[in-house]
Amino acid sequence: MTAIVVSLPNYVQLLYIVAFALLIYGMSGLTDPRKAVRGNRIAAVGMGVALVATLVIPHIGNWGLIALGIAVGTAVGVPAARMVKMTAMPQMVALFNGVGGGAVALISWVEFRDSGGYSGDPKYVAVFSLLAAVIGSVSFWGSNIAFGKLQGIVPGNPISIGRYQQYLNMVLLAGALACAFAVLDDLRSALLLAGVLVLSALLGNALVLPIGGADMPVVISLLNAFTGLSTACTGVALGNTDLIVAGMIVGASGTILTNQMAIGMNRSIPAIVAGGFGGVSALPGAGGDGSTPVARATSASDVAIQLAYSQRVVIVPGYGMAVAQAQHAVTELAKLLESRGVEVEYAIHPVAGRMPGHMNVLLAEAGVPYEQLLELESANERFKRTDVSLVIGANDVVNPDARKPDSAIAGMPILDVDESKSVIVLKRSMASGYAGIENPLFYEPNTSMLFGDAKKSVDDLVAEVKAL
Amino acid sequence: MGFYVSLAVLVLAGFVGYAVISKVPNTLHTPLMSGTNAIHGIIMMGAILVLGLAAGGVWSKVLIVVAVAFGTINVVGGFLVTDRMLEMFKPRTKPATAVEAPPPGVASSNGAGAAPGSAPTSAGGPGAAR
Repeated sequence: MTAIVVSLPNYVQLLYIVAFALLIYGMSGLTDPRKAVRGNRIAAVGMGVALVATLVIPHIGNWGLIALGIAVGTAVGVPAARMVKMTAMPQMVALFNGVGGGAVALISWVEFRDSGGYSGDPKYVAVFSLLAAVIGSVSFWGSNIAFGKLQGIVPGNPISIGRYQQYLNMVLLAGALACAFAVLDDLRSALLLAGVLVLSALLGNALVLPIGGADMPVVISLLNAFTGLSTACTGVALGNTDLIVAGMIVGASGTILTNQMAIGMNRSIPAIVAGGFGGVSALPGAGGDGSTPVARATSASDVAIQLAYSQRVVIVPGYGMAVAQAQHAVTELAKLLESRGVEVEYAIHPVAGRMPGHMNVLLAEAGVPYEQLLELESANERFKRTDVSLVIGANDVVNPDARKPDSAIAGMPILDVDESKSVIVLKRSMASGYAGIENPLFYEPNTSMLFGDAKKSVDDLVAEVKAL
Repeated sequence: MGFYVSLAVLVLAGFVGYAVISKVPNTLHTPLMSGTNAIHGIIMMGAILVLGLAAGGVWSKVLIVVAVAFGTINVVGGFLVTDRMLEMFKPRTKPATAVEAPPPGVASSNGAGAAPGSAPTSAGGPGAAR
């Protein structure tokens, strides 16, 4: 039975301070694409300093097991990082969030076992260790479900027990906290800690299962914040500055991103967590002016001519581009057009794709310079001067119904593609987007539809433009 | 380190994090997320601390070695994948078609092409995230 808090020698504390200074300095490099690579490497050096500082703590033992853990982690982490496709980044980040949360929960579990239920530790150590156990466990299980949904192992549409879902979540959270309080109240039964971990695990599942595919950017950001906060809690329990600082930076980052994503879809975070949005079909208030509107289909050769003879083209990518792996073909088309003197830019909605910044990474991978990637506001200033807006696999983010107060997506900031002279929508079919509502953009007189797989359609366009 | 010192560090770090991350542009939000994956890999140090100084009994040892491995995955995988991604973000080159643009052959090879100039990332690894 050993107490958890260890007093660290001065040189370790100093190295820890150097480490977190490097981590913060490195992360601040991410504010500029030109300094970002260097920043990331500086942060990695900071992590290295933290590792050295930890290994030189006196009386560290179990060297073989430490080496084993590091070896296994490296053997898994390196190939994963090298081989993952950019289109699969959301899954990768979800998995990494989960792994971090899992580590936090495991540490709490071992702390409990080693200290005989926190005997001999100050109360706050037990409080933060248990808090870490709850949040870490929620993050681990929630992230695994998010990974499953993104990877297609778990159905992407919402799975819930309907309006009782919130009560269930509440009961699970209350149960987990009750077990934690019982542990704090000197009831040191391992069964109670199991209760904390199991109920939190169920809560993690129950939180993410009801959330639909289009809300994934919010969920991933939220789980990112959870993992960071749980890490900081472990840091308080262990009295370790680096864990606290690094954990809080991640917590802040996840919180900021969650907030931005929620603003990007004009939905509150509680409403998203309550779920049930991303799969509801045929909501009232959408579409309808009585008559059945007809969308105009077009052909690749017509679109090619239109694109080749315009002055300004804006490409609006969405999740469909990622699914079809069309980013390279899209870039090839853009370069072709540019060589003919057409000005090409990309308009990126904050929630396009399955995670924050998803489209930007795909286009950067395909070699698009970042100056060409416009954010929502600057893109919207330019649609009036745009000849053709090419919408590739995006739907809800260009739905003009968002301007109507009675729409299901009312108030969501959208890209005003309908202000450009003409709009071409590349789409598989007339199926609605994740919000499950009709998109009147498709029936506008200046809109034409090019049906088919995004990759194949763009390849056709490339061939047609070349042939001109 | 006492509780109140820890709590003070926690609160201050929260504000620092908020100030630093607020300035990250939208275009780098995915690398930011994978980068923070690496940063919360700092939990690895917590696991090593517990394993190195305590962790009695076989079951505890198994659990905490898994925790060390998990943390290592975060650190190693997080920094590597972020580096790979950030290498792809290039500014506009002066002559638009010169060195930096990927040749059309690469461009049409359907996904997962290594970025121009990035380290020995393999093109088109087996499937998704593992």
